[in-house]
Amino acid sequence: MKRTFAVTAVVAAAFALAFLVLPVLALFLRVPPSDLIHALGTPAARDALLVSIKTSAIAHAAVLLIGTPAAYAIGRGSFRGRALLLSLIELPLVLPPAVAGIALLVTFGRLGLLGGTLNALGIHLAFTQAAVVLAVAFVESPLYLRAAIASFEGVDGTLLDAARTLGARPFRVFARVALPLAAAGLGAASALALARGLGEFGATLLFAGSLQGITQTLPLAVYAQFEVNLDTALAIGALFVCFGAVLLLALKLIPGWTRSVSLSTFRSASSPSTSS
Amino acid sequence: MALVGPSGAGKTTLLRAIAGLQLARGRISVDGDDWLDSARSVDLPAEERSVGLVFQDYALFPHLSVRKNVEFGRKGGVALLERFGLAGLADAKPRELSGGERQRVALARALAPDPAVLLLDEPLAALDAHTRSEVRAELQLLLREADRPTLVVTHDFEDAATLATRVGVLVEGRLRQLGTPAELVASPADPFVASLTGANVLRGRARALATGLTELELPTGELIRSTDPAEGDAVAIVYPWEVTLSRTPPDDSAQNHLAGVVASLVPVGNRVRARVGPVTAEITAESSERLGLQVGGRAVASFKATATRMLPEASPAMPTQRP
Repeated sequence: MKRTFAVTAVVAAAFALAFLVLPVLALFLRVPPSDLIHALGTPAARDALLVSIKTSAIAHAAVLLIGTPAAYAIGRGSFRGRALLLSLIELPLVLPPAVAGIALLVTFGRLGLLGGTLNALGIHLAFTQAAVVLAVAFVESPLYLRAAIASFEGVDGTLLDAARTLGARPFRVFARVALPLAAAGLGAASALALARGLGEFGATLLFAGSLQGITQTLPLAVYAQFEVNLDTALAIGALFVCFGAVLLLALKLIPGWTRSVSLSTFRSASSPSTSS
Repeated sequence: MALVGPSGAGKTTLLRAIAGLQLARGRISVDGDDWLDSARSVDLPAEERSVGLVFQDYALFPHLSVRKNVEFGRKGGVALLERFGLAGLADAKPRELSGGERQRVALARALAPDPAVLLLDEPLAALDAHTRSEVRAELQLLLREADRPTLVVTHDFEDAATLATRVGVLVEGRLRQLGTPAELVASPADPFVASLTGANVLRGRARALATGLTELELPTGELIRSTDPAEGDAVAIVYPWEVTLSRTPPDDSAQNHLAGVVASLVPVGNRVRARVGPVTAEITAESSERLGLQVGGRAVASFKATATRMLPEASPAMPTQRP
């Protein structure tokens, strides 16, 4: 009886693995690799790559720059309504991307909530590259904030207290103690948020449109090329698979890497011949 | 000085309040500088108070080397590293250090900015029993060298007596007694202080005798005599080193003899702490051997009426003294 179950479980695992891996593999198997690389050179793919890199870089930089101190304030603070605030931050995570796109449109669009104000300032966001940046930042920031807040919550408060008694002003406590101690968690949060931002589709489509060379990001190019040139769509898909694989591998390896570094310093410190 | 008290007495809270890490009301003034004065809405943030705080678990920055830890408060702490015997460990990370080394780093780090006041929170609690006495002696020397107002909080009277010249007993946020360790031992203000300093505390009912002595009747019916006056519910206090043990009731000048079963024999260095009936006696290992004491065997604990202090059971309200 036990045996039968063990066999069933193994078969289930094999089935699940095949189900997940086969489509990913199929991306590479449909056309020869040389064709894939060639397809990445088409103007549509090249433009999309540039748009994606540019908008993601700007959006991600903004998310890190604003999100990190924000996460520190929320993660270390104790104030009324903290639980509510956390829920508000997570809300965009559970929204369908298309809903996020509409929400951005009715906020920053020409006829949106802030549209009049922005208009008066001569700023037109909808269907521009800035709109892509906003859309990407909107979908990736909750992911980053949530993980970054958890990282800062995990920092031992006594260490921050110790820094204060040693005369460190708030910024120094943050930069010299909290930030390095939360760094591993922040790195992982940043990587996952970046991946989410690069893959953003729905919000970008609704808020920024899909204009080649301006707002057409890689995922939008996959959709656009799907009917025009399947090879290009496949090539971009393969690119995402590679990027994702590198990212996941890095996430797995980085904690191991820091551990091995600390181990080697431990060895050199404890062996009398090398200690100075 | 040191503050001793049971956990929950507010010792750590007091240190955190002095350091500015805890909201507090009242007045804290150091060298004429007001750090906290609720009446005048003065409340300096922690980073502006000239205080060195050694945390209970040392709170060393795990990502920084020993040198960077010590120099966190002020650059150029190299001399401190040398003085604390840490020069060879300058590049080590805190997790590579032993408990005693961590404590030295924490102390060096706290002293580096040359604080007006040094605070230590349970400095020996994080250590193993076998390194404790060694580190305690080391800490005693380092504190003497640091030569500045120092407040140590601990739950252990022996630690406090070793590390401080004046010891305060803190219970439920109130100072019960303040004095030199010797004063606290010689005349504990109340039964709690007495038990904290390691005395045997025996409860019973006291009455005056015609001879001028006081007799305390224990719940077991046994009688204890003291030269101190007392009436009604009272406690007799006698230190373990005032108690002698014998196999049969001795014919000597001691007035008090309590026969009982030896419940435990704990060697402490060259001495043995023996629990006989309701009292603990501290005798030399040699005497213990000579008497053939064994757990479960019988013995008589004797102590003089002149070595027996009497205190009323419910202590009158103590006039609180300022530290």
